[in-house]
Amino acid sequence: MEHDRRGFIKIAGVSAIGLAGLSLAGRDGEAGESEPVAAGPRWAMVIDPRKCLKDDGCISCITACHRTHNVPSIPNARHEVKWIWKERFTEAFPDQEAHYIDEALTTRPVLVFCNHCDNPPCVRVCPTQATWRRPDGIVMMDWHRCIGCRYCVAGCPYGSRSFNWEDPRPYLASPDPQFPTRTKGVVEKCTLCEERLDKKQLPACVEACQEKAMLFGDLNDPESEVRKVLRSHFAIRRKPALGTNPAVYYLV
Amino acid sequence: MHDGGKILTGLAAFVVVAALPFWHAAIGGRSVKPEPKIVTQEKQCVASKEVMRATHMDMLNTWRNTVVRQGQRTYLASTGKTVTMSLSNTCMSCHPNKKEFCDTCHTYLAVSPYCWDCHVEPKERT
Repeated sequence: MEHDRRGFIKIAGVSAIGLAGLSLAGRDGEAGESEPVAAGPRWAMVIDPRKCLKDDGCISCITACHRTHNVPSIPNARHEVKWIWKERFTEAFPDQEAHYIDEALTTRPVLVFCNHCDNPPCVRVCPTQATWRRPDGIVMMDWHRCIGCRYCVAGCPYGSRSFNWEDPRPYLASPDPQFPTRTKGVVEKCTLCEERLDKKQLPACVEACQEKAMLFGDLNDPESEVRKVLRSHFAIRRKPALGTNPAVYYLV
Repeated sequence: MHDGGKILTGLAAFVVVAALPFWHAAIGGRSVKPEPKIVTQEKQCVASKEVMRATHMDMLNTWRNTVVRQGQRTYLASTGKTVTMSLSNTCMSCHPNKKEFCDTCHTYLAVSPYCWDCHVEPKERT
């Protein structure tokens, strides 16, 4: 078979187009695979601040959570450890406009805790994979693996993570042996009561709320209680512009 | 070699001092073999005594990874029994005597596992 320059360039051109086509097709395939799979539950919470605020001084959810998980109450505010707490409205929702609104309303407390984001910045920055996102949406922590670098504390835009600056044991009157405490040099936060979910129990805070101001459920199930409420009410989330896609909704 | 005598004497003294534990044992010092005390009424642990004695630390390591990272909590024991994988709640329910059970060997072998920095010790029962 004769080879001339013209023939060679023709074959090279056709091959190049073919290869380009193949690689494009390959990329399409990959994009298809990385689509989120909607198998299994996607746990979420809906907070109804109206019900929550019926009794301003109520902290039964906070007490229940902190007792269940051996969260210490440290008097030094700079060493404070918390899983769930109350934040002023304007601080919990800094990007919500509230012009001409009664001053009293902006200072009402909002119940806040880990948002269990779809796109959690804390997970991205953790150098040891001590924190990761489970398929059911829970942003979980492995305290065995945490090295206390506090990147996640800096990465979380909601302040949901606390660092143990000192041994928490002296601040726990009677730790519950069902659940571990943490140790000095470890970061901790809400785990959405994954240990209770496994026993088919609701999260401790949801169970403790007498006003039923907290709803827990599966976002992937269109008939779940949370989806029903979200279908019929407007709900806001904290700092949505950051793209973290939180799983904690607040009814307005 | 002017100081040969001194050097050899020093070496001999060093060997004698370094081997003191062996002398001590040979002359009638008794070595206390640790005897972890088992107080449970259960007949069988999740594996045989020999396996548990040799590999409980590996098992606990596997348990913690399986529970925390994979969210699996049930362990199928070699006896066919299923148990919840939990140090504080499963292991210590049969062995509530941490001092006599865990610490006896750990102290003897000079190992200090940091399990109890976080996991809550059960109230000591003997």
